[in-house]
Amino acid sequence: MKYIDEYRDPDLVRALAERIRDLRYDKPLKIMEICGGHTHAIYQHGLHQLLPDNIELVHGPGCPVCVIPIGRLDDALSMARAPDVIFTTFGDMMRVPGSKGSLLNARADGADIRFVYSPSDALKIARENPDQRVVFFAIGFETTAPSTAVTLLQAQQEGVSNFFMFCNHVLVIPALKALLAAPDLQLDGFLGPGHVSAIIGMQPYEFIARDHGKSVVLSGFEPVDVLQSVYLIVKQKTEGRSAVENQYSRAIKYEGNLTALKLMDQTMEVRPFFEWRGLGSIPESALKLRSDFSQFDAELRFDVPGLKVEDPKICQCGEVLRGALKPHQCRAFATACTPEAPIGTCMVSSEGACAAYYKYGRTLLTDTMKKWAQ
Amino acid sequence: MSETPPTKSGEPKRDAAPRRRRPELREEKILLSHGSGGKASHSLIESVFADAFSNSLLDALDDAAVFPVDSGRFAFTTDSHVVSPIFFPGGNIGDLAVNGTINDLAVSGATPLCLSAAFVLEEGFPVEQLRTIVESMAAAASDAGVSIVTGDTKVVHSGKADGVFITTAGIGRVDGRVHIAQSAVQPGDKILLTGPIGDHGIAIMLAREELEIESEILSDTTALNGLVEALINAVGGAVHCMKDPTRGGLATSLNEIAQSSQVCIALEEERIPIREGVRGACEILGLDPFTIANEGKLIAAVAPAASEAALRAMRSHPLGAQSQMIGDALAAPPGIVFLNTRIGGSRVMDMLVGDPLPRIC
Repeated sequence: MKYIDEYRDPDLVRALAERIRDLRYDKPLKIMEICGGHTHAIYQHGLHQLLPDNIELVHGPGCPVCVIPIGRLDDALSMARAPDVIFTTFGDMMRVPGSKGSLLNARADGADIRFVYSPSDALKIARENPDQRVVFFAIGFETTAPSTAVTLLQAQQEGVSNFFMFCNHVLVIPALKALLAAPDLQLDGFLGPGHVSAIIGMQPYEFIARDHGKSVVLSGFEPVDVLQSVYLIVKQKTEGRSAVENQYSRAIKYEGNLTALKLMDQTMEVRPFFEWRGLGSIPESALKLRSDFSQFDAELRFDVPGLKVEDPKICQCGEVLRGALKPHQCRAFATACTPEAPIGTCMVSSEGACAAYYKYGRTLLTDTMKKWAQ
Repeated sequence: MSETPPTKSGEPKRDAAPRRRRPELREEKILLSHGSGGKASHSLIESVFADAFSNSLLDALDDAAVFPVDSGRFAFTTDSHVVSPIFFPGGNIGDLAVNGTINDLAVSGATPLCLSAAFVLEEGFPVEQLRTIVESMAAAASDAGVSIVTGDTKVVHSGKADGVFITTAGIGRVDGRVHIAQSAVQPGDKILLTGPIGDHGIAIMLAREELEIESEILSDTTALNGLVEALINAVGGAVHCMKDPTRGGLATSLNEIAQSSQVCIALEEERIPIREGVRGACEILGLDPFTIANEGKLIAAVAPAASEAALRAMRSHPLGAQSQMIGDALAAPPGIVFLNTRIGGSRVMDMLVGDPLPRIC
């Protein structure tokens, strides 16, 4: 595959792993990959096994499915179960448990729930079904928000009156601020999210290096990208400096994607607070529709419970999302909570740290494999 | 076997005597009356099914096909097919239903003898499409040298089914040289695969209207009995286990084997063939090609001493030209499949959970 295989070249990957070792940085180093896409890539390729033992990768809160709290999911389920509704969602959300079952369960009970690949597919369903109310479950960081914005503008322009957006878009920087404020935080640097940064650019991360003394390298998602980014972080540490660097320059510009940012600003505004699963309420950390688009706002047009629902007691998703616990250290991991019967959201999405851990490398087994491989 | 069912060697037997004139089917769409058992049912059966599938056992149109068997072991299997869309690049529900059952027999080490086919039709389904499906079934059966000897048709109200559902069942005679079982894989066995994975699942996914991705990926639906026969002829009882990795893909089939045989299966990612188009589609959609369905691929676990001969036999068959030795069975850790990745890492390769759901970003 052109433009992908180059970044999966085994020789290049080995050479990068070698160069990381050559830096001879021997102090413990904790690097958080913020984005679930990185978690997925690390486990899919077994990248963590190529790193020296003192470098530890910690999984961050950047899985869009994982941070949706139970209360919001209950709201979604109540919309999906309302009469004359076609509820549309990204596939990943289907299995996430609310307080009374998941969207898959609701579909089995007869609700019309369809998974789509983009909000514009949902708009198409709305055009084709004028007698039904079509709701799109908009989730994701700044990566997916621009397509929500474009779809809203299109719906407005066409005057589609049966289309509604349940907006749950979240923002990465406020989440990082919340993480950095946590007293139990022990991190030396971040692998910055590649796709989000293609939208927001490099500038928003600068406070992390300046005020907190931590390295940030904005990274692509292929093995060569991730290892090169780790190399850049280790190099900063050996040189005793902290900075924001851009490994993913083929996608990220310093100023970001100004067109996308303008579209987001035109259609959405920052909420005063938003509840994050496991992280609690974070100020100015999510988007809602602007009042010009209130006719499309599912939160206003549907009667939803809108309650805050506590996570199940056994679930430690919060600690996993903060990087305080490794997935297998959660008391429910692989016993009460599995991909077949998830309790926490981290076990659902393939970008969730727990699901990636479960699917690609339950730790003990990975150790056994390592021994076998030697 | 003194007298075999009309299968085994190529063409199904056809009656030499001229037939009486078949009643013609005037309707262009399936009606409820076509499933009522009366005249309309007869005209549907005779004009659509009987000619296409014709063989001496079926032509009698008795309540059951009756044929003699001799001693030995027999394999018996059934499978329902509900694919959407019904017509997809590389095939349709008809050849899929025939090949699927033939393959379940073949991977049990059985030579398929005869099949049944039962149809659930939705009222309003175009007769022309039904004819196309039935012709594909006849062609698939004939290619594999197997006859469809009995069948059934029901019609349900419009909206109560999705066009057409087909259930096939099959009987095969197990080759005396082999004892194939999911639990029979030994540590040391080599794992062989006959060609690129994921074609069928991706062809179906891309054929669904909602995905506007253009591709030239065809379903790999095909009957594997000829390939299996060539493999068994080459190495006989050294074949310990065979599977066709359909739903759930390679990952699910290998996990079933690993758990059942209590072995570990270690795979080499770089040896597992995947077509460029399938890899590309999986990248775009956020899917794992190891969990995508195949309908014409074979996995075999073969004793190490015979593995080279097995690979040669597979490669010399047209359906196995791209065969690869993809990994080994190990003693420990039992029940686990892992993958040594192209870049030198390793990871667990788990079974598919639920449906393959695309990732968000």
